[in-house]
Amino acid sequence: MNIVVCVKQVPDTAEVKIDPKTNTLIRDGVPSIINPYDMHAIEAALEIKEKIGGTVTVLTMGPPQAETALRDAISLGADEAVLLSDRAFAGSDTWATAYTLAGAIKKIGFDIIICGKQAIDGDTAQVGPGIAEFLNIPHVAFVSKIKDITEQTLTLDRMMDDRYEIVEADMPVLFTVVKEINVPRLPSLKGKIKAKKIEIKKMTNAEIGLDVESLGLSGSPTQVKNIFAPDIVKDRKMLEGGVEEQVNQLMSVLKELKCV
Amino acid sequence: MDYFLNEEQQMIKDLARQIANEKIIPIRAELDEKETFPYEVVDALAKADMFGLFIPEEYGGLGKGSFELCLAVEQLSKACLGISTVYAANALGAYPILLFGTDEQKKKYLPSIATGKKLVAFGLTEANAGSDAGGIQTTAVKDGNEYILNGTKQWITNGGEASIYTIIALTDKSKGARGASAFIVEKGTPGFTFGKKEKKMGIRASSTCELVFNDCRIPAENLLSAEGRGFLVAMKTLDQSRVGVGSQGVGVAQGGLDEAVNFASMRVQFGKPIISFQAIQHMLANMAAKTEAARALVYSVARYIDGGAKDFSKVSAMAKVFATDTAMEVTVDAVQIMGGSGYMKDYPVEKMMRDAKILQIYEGTNQIQRNVIGQCIFKEVVKNKKG
Ligand SMILES: Cc1cc2nc3c(=O)[nH]c(=O)nc-3n(C[C@H](O)[C@H](O)[C@H](O)COP(=O)(O)OP(=O)(O)OC[C@H]3O[C@@H](n4cnc5c(N)ncnc54)[C@H](O)[C@@H]3O)c2cc1C
Ligand SMILES: Cc1cc2nc3c(=O)[nH]c(=O)nc-3n(C[C@H](O)[C@H](O)[C@H](O)COP(=O)(O)OP(=O)(O)OC[C@H]3O[C@@H](n4cnc5c(N)ncnc54)[C@H](O)[C@@H]3O)c2cc1C
Repeated sequence: MNIVVCVKQVPDTAEVKIDPKTNTLIRDGVPSIINPYDMHAIEAALEIKEKIGGTVTVLTMGPPQAETALRDAISLGADEAVLLSDRAFAGSDTWATAYTLAGAIKKIGFDIIICGKQAIDGDTAQVGPGIAEFLNIPHVAFVSKIKDITEQTLTLDRMMDDRYEIVEADMPVLFTVVKEINVPRLPSLKGKIKAKKIEIKKMTNAEIGLDVESLGLSGSPTQVKNIFAPDIVKDRKMLEGGVEEQVNQLMSVLKELKCV
Repeated sequence: MDYFLNEEQQMIKDLARQIANEKIIPIRAELDEKETFPYEVVDALAKADMFGLFIPEEYGGLGKGSFELCLAVEQLSKACLGISTVYAANALGAYPILLFGTDEQKKKYLPSIATGKKLVAFGLTEANAGSDAGGIQTTAVKDGNEYILNGTKQWITNGGEASIYTIIALTDKSKGARGASAFIVEKGTPGFTFGKKEKKMGIRASSTCELVFNDCRIPAENLLSAEGRGFLVAMKTLDQSRVGVGSQGVGVAQGGLDEAVNFASMRVQFGKPIISFQAIQHMLANMAAKTEAARALVYSVARYIDGGAKDFSKVSAMAKVFATDTAMEVTVDAVQIMGGSGYMKDYPVEKMMRDAKILQIYEGTNQIQRNVIGQCIFKEVVKNKKG
């Protein structure tokens, strides 16, 4: 059983700053962590391994520094780590990211692929499903519980806005996880010792052999025009007068808005 | 202070602290209040490999020594002495097997202890045998390939929760302490039940329980070391674990000190933070100096043991006495510095003060530790005169 977990290294802050000139993320000086959703993906993989056996491989695409995220994942109990790093990958949007990760996963071999629901910096939630499309396998997004697992099939709870869906999927399959799925464990001592020593496998496009035109900036259909935090406009109206007066005013406003 | 930890020792300390901060501090008050056993923390410690710290690699552990165990115990104790007692008493229960077990016994028991799958307890004390452990009355009578145990052990930490028990019982009543032997008894053995669970002043997250043996038959191969060597097993085990009790003292003292410093710098009276008053500063100075001295002693003794020392009863007792008396003093002073707030359950120091008291009592009271140290000094004098 090959379980591949895609992890992204993200800046440890909810407020990512963007360089207004280049429209790219400013990563300097911000400590990096594993994308919090991906911590849940790693935990899910480890729990599956504990139940039915297998190998957990963590995979990240990023600059050489992303190696620390992989070592952190090893200290939690992952078996292998692969760093996808190549100048050709730089500037990838979600399409190119998913395309490249899918290429690498094909090389690694897989039965189950687990991603976080979304990355806390990019926030698109597109990469997981994108990988599944490129690999031409089914995917289940927003998984909140692994109800059952056998050698061939996974039964998953999928958390939607207003309901749960129970989905049964045959392997190979990709799923993305929400935070409700589990409580990520802390590292172990054996894991930490292994993480210090392990050699991280590095992959460039030379090994994967993808079409260079489809990689990085040139392979990215998204053109960033401008990135900004939207102004929060609050339209508010203060009611005045006695309680009865205010209640009457409020009722007429609510009626106007067809709320009552 | 820099104690020149190597990379792995630093890792152990950091991970223990992370467990303390993330898994223990948020729940310690509730566990104390409800006297609940810390199952979740035990699980976290197990997943983090903490139970395997001092167990050799060939039996599934990390092969570290007393010093590394002390580093972990100190961090856990800073957060909750009840939980660190569960952890430390587990080591106490495992040491007889580690120190005196045959390869077969080690292979059978140590791997599941190392993974934390099975907890261990150590049963020596009885109603009529506390400090005077030679007065135990539990018997083990050989019958073919079995021993039959009868008697009651009292106040056994991890009692009821542990799966494995190392028990001291008399195989020859006529010989007193020289007739004692050590055994491994598994939970679930017919004739082995649990009596009263104690309600305690402190370390309330740990379980303290009676073990009742009523014609309990165990395989003869569960004898540790040889018949008649039970007291030696117990004493060597306690020598080994006492320095760990010392590190519990260092941990809770540091916890109390940190709380007091923090409070004193926030609390304003007479228009100033109380930390600016010299009377408070002097108390903090004594607390800090003694805590650091206790740490230095505990670390030195642990490193001395790991260095292969043969006889360390005296220094191990010294570390226990000094660090645990310090813990009591510092936590009492922490409450004093915090005034009425220190007395309230809203702050952790009242629990620390209640908890700290046990350290002067269990694993040999501090009077008994002083007896041990004193007797060693006396023996040295006699030996030097002769030599
Ligand atoms: C319009 C736009 C322009 C961008 N421009 C740039 C740019 O110029 N430079 C730049 O550095 N970034 C840029 N990015 C960010 C980059 O495209 C995304 O970080 C990347 O494609 C992943 O998308 P996401 O962060 O939304 O991840 P999501 O789709 O939200 O992530 C879901 C899951 O996919 C997996 N995953 C995502 N990314 C990776 C990865 N790299 N390795 C392994 N697993 C992964 C993780 O499991 C993650 O939880 C841009 C993003 C957008 C939307
Ligand atoms: C919470 C808790 C957990 C425990 N866990 C365990 C465990 O896991 N396993 C286990 O085997 N035991 C355990 N014990 C027992 C513990 O080790 C004993 O309580 C301790 O050894 C003291 O014995 P005692 O309480 O009978 O006191 P006593 O021996 O009755 O002593 C009473 C007082 O007399 C003093 N005293 C006695 N003899 C002398 C002397 N010769 N000189 C000077 N002063 C003396 C003592 O210091 C003490 O102050 C535990 C006890 C407690 C309270």
